Amino acid sequence: MAVHTSQSVAEAAGDDVARGPGRGAGRNPDKGRGMVTFRRSLSTHWYAWTMVAPVVIVIGVIIGYPLFRGIYLSMTDANERNVERSIGVNQMPATYEFVGLDNYADALTGDQFLGTLGWTLVWTVSCVSVTFLLGLGLANILNRRIAGRSFYRMMLILPWAIPGFVSVFAWRFLYNEDRGFLNRILAGGGIDAVPWLNDPTMAKISVIAVNVWLGVPFMMVALLGGLQSIDSAQYEAAEMDGANAWQRFRHITLPGLRPVSATVILLSTIWTFNMFPVIFLLTRGGPGEATQILVTQAFKFSFEISPRDFAQSSTWGVLILILLMLFAAVYRRVLRKQGDVW
Amino acid sequence: MRRGITATALVATLALAATACGGDSGETGGKKASGKLSGTVTWWDTSTVGSEDKVFKKLAEGFEKKHPDVDVKYVNVPFGEAQNKFKNAAQSGSGAPDVIRSEVAWTPEFADLGYLAPLDGTAALKNDKDFLAQAAASTKYKGKTYAVPQVIDSMGLFYNEKIFKDAGVEVPKTIAELKTVSKKIKDKTGKTGLYLRGDDAYWFLSFLYGEGGDLVDAKSKSVTVDQEPGVKALKVVKDLVDSGAAKTDATDGWENMQSAFKDGKVAMMINGPWAVADTFAGKEFKDKANLGITTVPAGSKGQGAPQGGHNLAVYAGSKNLEASYAFSEYMTSAESQALVAKELSLLPTRTAVYSQPGVSDNQIVGFFKPVVDKAVERPWIPETGSLFAPLVTEYTKVLTGQTTPEKGAKTTGDQYRKLLKGWK
Repeated sequence: MAVHTSQSVAEAAGDDVARGPGRGAGRNPDKGRGMVTFRRSLSTHWYAWTMVAPVVIVIGVIIGYPLFRGIYLSMTDANERNVERSIGVNQMPATYEFVGLDNYADALTGDQFLGTLGWTLVWTVSCVSVTFLLGLGLANILNRRIAGRSFYRMMLILPWAIPGFVSVFAWRFLYNEDRGFLNRILAGGGIDAVPWLNDPTMAKISVIAVNVWLGVPFMMVALLGGLQSIDSAQYEAAEMDGANAWQRFRHITLPGLRPVSATVILLSTIWTFNMFPVIFLLTRGGPGEATQILVTQAFKFSFEISPRDFAQSSTWGVLILILLMLFAAVYRRVLRKQGDVW
Repeated sequence: MRRGITATALVATLALAATACGGDSGETGGKKASGKLSGTVTWWDTSTVGSEDKVFKKLAEGFEKKHPDVDVKYVNVPFGEAQNKFKNAAQSGSGAPDVIRSEVAWTPEFADLGYLAPLDGTAALKNDKDFLAQAAASTKYKGKTYAVPQVIDSMGLFYNEKIFKDAGVEVPKTIAELKTVSKKIKDKTGKTGLYLRGDDAYWFLSFLYGEGGDLVDAKSKSVTVDQEPGVKALKVVKDLVDSGAAKTDATDGWENMQSAFKDGKVAMMINGPWAVADTFAGKEFKDKANLGITTVPAGSKGQGAPQGGHNLAVYAGSKNLEASYAFSEYMTSAESQALVAKELSLLPTRTAVYSQPGVSDNQIVGFFKPVVDKAVERPWIPETGSLFAPLVTEYTKVLTGQTTPEKGAKTTGDQYRKLLKGWK
């Protein structure tokens, strides 16, 4: 995820340079003289290049280096015992070996990766779809003229304003089986305590609920923006033609929201797929490994088990990257086929 | 020409970025020419916050009085995080403490990874003649000593005398008795009998030993957790939870256990001396006599509790080795141990301390000493610290019904064989 967004930041930064300073090569349609124009743009806009350089270098160092290092480690058997260490008087050289694609073969043939991937997909699809539907519903409500609209808007945006880890810890207290607020309320209604985080199925539902709660404000705000950009004349015309509320929603609102929803669904899918804090802070992937998603499991390999398995962790990391890139490519293609320029 | 400048700037920036990471904090302490100790000693303590940490902090600060030029930095790191936190810091070479309170199982692991300074012949082991053999065992690795034993412990069954009286039951000696006692307590008082931690496999060990099993057998180099006793022990704990005799949690087990017991919501828990000070802070135990402690209930093959404890180990990369050695010696000296035993009822690792006034008449120390003497010693191999992670996953899975005891034991055994190359 980090890699993904940051790369696009890099591209965007590059774009600025090419297009920003109006007179230069960016606008020149003549591709035959590319090298010449490039040189000229360099000498004209050297200051722009200089200003961009630090960003490019920093991104290269903090994104590029770890990325290639990770890909390299995933093809070795590196772990805590055989990597290089120098601590005080103890000097230990690296003794790990290159093993080619063995780690990938192990991950893809074993049931742990595929099992975790299965739940990760369920988690992503359910989170994104529920969040989207709730966000759409709320955005529609808030798009009407209702009393106290701005108050509701503010309240609904609240989860977004609280730092993620704070809300997750708050939820963890609410979910506590003995002392949690949720079970106190249920006890008041004469219902037995629910093992929110201690039963595998309940734990899955609980983590999804928290993630939906965290994700709805973003969806709502984005979709509300989309709704407000739809021309009200369309609704008036439809009403004149006798279209009922559902028909107006189906044929004006939904198509009108398409560009916005395509983007937010893509973004929120990628975010949810890699939503580390919710799972990690709420259940640590438990009970057992019931709520472990790919990123939390990769983290576990590299930070929680001992000896730490850097090779396997990197392998999972690279596989996650590949999966998300595939998803984004396919998604874009589908959208383009439907006529969206994105 | 201009491109030349850009290239130079690029190289310079890269060089700057590279050297920035390797900066020296510039602190070189140790012994001054006069022989006096100076510098800073950062100590990571892992004791229970709110009760034990106060005493340890005060004790650590006492070192500054003896050596005015030394600055002791006390940091409390939660026990559950300390192992990973230390490994992160030690491996990256920045942020590691000079001295860490290392659990017995972590010590050989840290030593094997090269994170600890050998202590033989240093001030840390100035007086090492009277350590209990059991306590000293975990500090040795490949013929060298890497830590100083600080406290030793084992586990017992803590119970609430008042609830027992209300229910009219006797203290259970076996797991079968525990079940009947729990049932009576539930019927008479509506409270749950036992709190069983489901998120930490250390709490499973006494059940495993009770069935005659163990995790591994270091002598014959074989994995034993997936044999008959291991499966049976998993069945026993599952049955305790399923039958309602015990309650458990997959998250926040420590806090839930302590608060449920301190508030009198459960009648029994299995715990060690490290929980005593915290338990006395609870409203149910304002009257200390209300806390009863007995040996853990016996399984079908007898009683068994794990031997645990903590050592003080010095980080190999410490900038202040001399002061760190002296600090470790001070913290584990007979006087310090006597104070800790008096204030916190933690068990000393030096034989001489047990006969001191204030220690010899401490009931909790008196109770746990024979338990520790009989406790099951774990194999002190580098992998000892790695054995719990695979076990706790399967243990929780069994308790929450995601896998069977047979499968859980087998998966754990398979993971151990991957970890211990060449073992049966």
